[in-house]
Amino acid sequence: MRKPIVVLAAALLAVSACTPGSNTPKPTQKPPSAINTDIAKAGPVTLTVWDQEVLPGQNEQMQKLNAAFQAKYPNVKIKRVSRSFSDLEKTLRLALSGNTPPDVVEANQGYGIMAALVKAGALVSLDPYDKVYGFRKRFPAGVSQLNSVTPDGKTIGSGSLFGVSMTGEAVGIYYNTDKLAKLGIQPPTSWGQFEQDLALAKSKGETPIYFANLEKFPAIHEFGVLLGQTADKTALRRLVFGQGGAWTDPPVVQAAQKLADYAKNGYFSKSANAGKYNDSPTAFAKGDGVFLIGGPWFAADLQKKMGSKVRFMLPPPASAGAQQPATLGGPGLPLAITSKSKHPDVAAAYLSFMSTPQAMDVVTQTGGLPATKPATAKPTNPVGLDVFDAYRVASDKDILVPYLDYATTTFLDTLGSALQEIIAGRKTPQEGMRDAQKDYGDFLAKK
Amino acid sequence: MNVRPPGEPRRIGYLYVLPAFVVYALFLLWPLLHGAWLSLFHWDGLTVGTWAGAANYSQAVSDPQLRGAFGHAVVLLFFYAILPCVIAFVLVSAMARTRPRGLTFFRTVLFLPQVVAMVAVAVAWQWIYSEHGPINGTLRLAGLGGLARGWLGDFDWALPSVGLIGTWVEIGLAMVLFLAGVQKIPRELYEAARVDGAGAFREFFAVTLPGLRRELAIALTLTTVAALRNFDLIYLTTSGGPGNATKVPAYEVYNRTFNTGEVGLACAIGIIIAVIIFAFTAVINRVVEGRP
Repeated sequence: MRKPIVVLAAALLAVSACTPGSNTPKPTQKPPSAINTDIAKAGPVTLTVWDQEVLPGQNEQMQKLNAAFQAKYPNVKIKRVSRSFSDLEKTLRLALSGNTPPDVVEANQGYGIMAALVKAGALVSLDPYDKVYGFRKRFPAGVSQLNSVTPDGKTIGSGSLFGVSMTGEAVGIYYNTDKLAKLGIQPPTSWGQFEQDLALAKSKGETPIYFANLEKFPAIHEFGVLLGQTADKTALRRLVFGQGGAWTDPPVVQAAQKLADYAKNGYFSKSANAGKYNDSPTAFAKGDGVFLIGGPWFAADLQKKMGSKVRFMLPPPASAGAQQPATLGGPGLPLAITSKSKHPDVAAAYLSFMSTPQAMDVVTQTGGLPATKPATAKPTNPVGLDVFDAYRVASDKDILVPYLDYATTTFLDTLGSALQEIIAGRKTPQEGMRDAQKDYGDFLAKK
Repeated sequence: MNVRPPGEPRRIGYLYVLPAFVVYALFLLWPLLHGAWLSLFHWDGLTVGTWAGAANYSQAVSDPQLRGAFGHAVVLLFFYAILPCVIAFVLVSAMARTRPRGLTFFRTVLFLPQVVAMVAVAVAWQWIYSEHGPINGTLRLAGLGGLARGWLGDFDWALPSVGLIGTWVEIGLAMVLFLAGVQKIPRELYEAARVDGAGAFREFFAVTLPGLRRELAIALTLTTVAALRNFDLIYLTTSGGPGNATKVPAYEVYNRTFNTGEVGLACAIGIIIAVIIFAFTAVINRVVEGRP
């Protein structure tokens, strides 16, 4: 019995040769003067781009823009890999720690992905490129802020620019105009009226709000909209960025209470926690639900299925005509350049190309919500125009609050689970928010 | 000249084993040892890891959420291993008494779930369990609409629902194994038992069960392993939800690695699963098969 032990010891010694993760090089920044902007002369280049634009409109947008970029620079070939949001975000970590990562990736903002990648030195700072291409000048300050991380990866919302977003997002309420007409009501102008409409819809046997929450994250949108009613936007931003406040603060618990009440009153789909999120547009188009809470990602699909029978609005204020409440949103997933990319200059030119006003035209034409003002295009269909105008109002009035899951690396799971339990009535709002706060407190203490 | 008796072990035997061993070492032993090594670190998969010692292991057994996951695995063990074996026994002993017509057909149908890709199984059952699926449809038709629910999104029912998919998948495997075993039990034993006045029940415990010990051990081993490393079905049907109601250790290995960036902890959970599987297999071999 001696031999196996010797072999095991030898094997352990062999594995123990290295500490995991120690071979990642730190990125070096080059001065703006060393940046090559003449892409046509860069020789044959293959640029691998990972994106999550899989919904029909988004897919078309990427195809068109990639084709345009390749037409402009025939020496550049774009190898596009697109996966759904959750698949992409999960494989990024692995891909970027390998030796042949993609050149450009869509990396979600927040501590979970972008800050973690910055901390590991996996992303290139765009600051030098900003001096050449002027990325910051193209976007509202709030957009660049959310795409910024301190170089140590410890704080989001400030520091160097690491991503360029093509789209913007504002969570709001879609409504089915046929259903409103049938119920004999107008689109609500106040939250009080919205709640009355929900009660009315319920009493008439309709599903007031279509809600599919199997994946846990969707409830964050519902919760965020409710938080807009109970909490102040500055307090919410501070909370998400880890600058103060707690998830057990009264306004937050109050919103969780509203979520519980809505579920109890039957304002959401009956088996909300069992529905698949990506089925939402199909179900809503079939007439399941008077309202649907979500962001611009649903617009193109809903428009195709429902035409002019679906419209969109920002969450209404507490009373008609009062100040616009906060809602979730901000820049869409940003394109970022990986440190191991062999062609960072070409990648930067790609990022620049994807955020020109002309590119914003393409984004708009394919039903997306452009992050900055497009050159000429405006959505032609009613719901597209609603979403477009809503985002302009949201950025002008500065009411957007970052997605709540940016708060910690595990928050999507922790808050998502807590909200599912609150919706199912398994935990009181206080208990659920205590779970969330525990994760948040632990994270801040470790940071 | 030194003459060796035939069959005596010679050194050259190791050479014959070498090709298989290289493959085994490269794809199984190396990852296993590397995983064990990683489990001793706090590592997010990106930055430099820090030495953790046994901290990941103590977290794996003390963290209530992870303890819950191991608890769910025990529940699934019932649905994946015990229930299919019991059902397969009932079916097989019924068939042993009277050879039904079309046996091959039934065998194929019952074995089919083993052959179908897990993704297809998961998608099909997701629909079966959905709000407007056939289960709820049947309940409503029977006037039991109050019982209808989104099964996979219900905190109390999600785990048994997923478990029953496992039962459905594993019955075929157990049954095919038992059927093969039953066919090699001499008919005379059954006849003798009947002459002695044994009923179906007595016959089962006196003839069928002892005759199927080895098959039972194999079936239990395979289904237990399937239950403990169950990831695909959970990932595809519920993602561990609602809340944490269907989180299992194998899902947590994935979740902690890819979602929350706790690679060391994930490796520790993986090693614990491996140890548990080893222990179960050893126990099953000893107790059921009667090996020393």
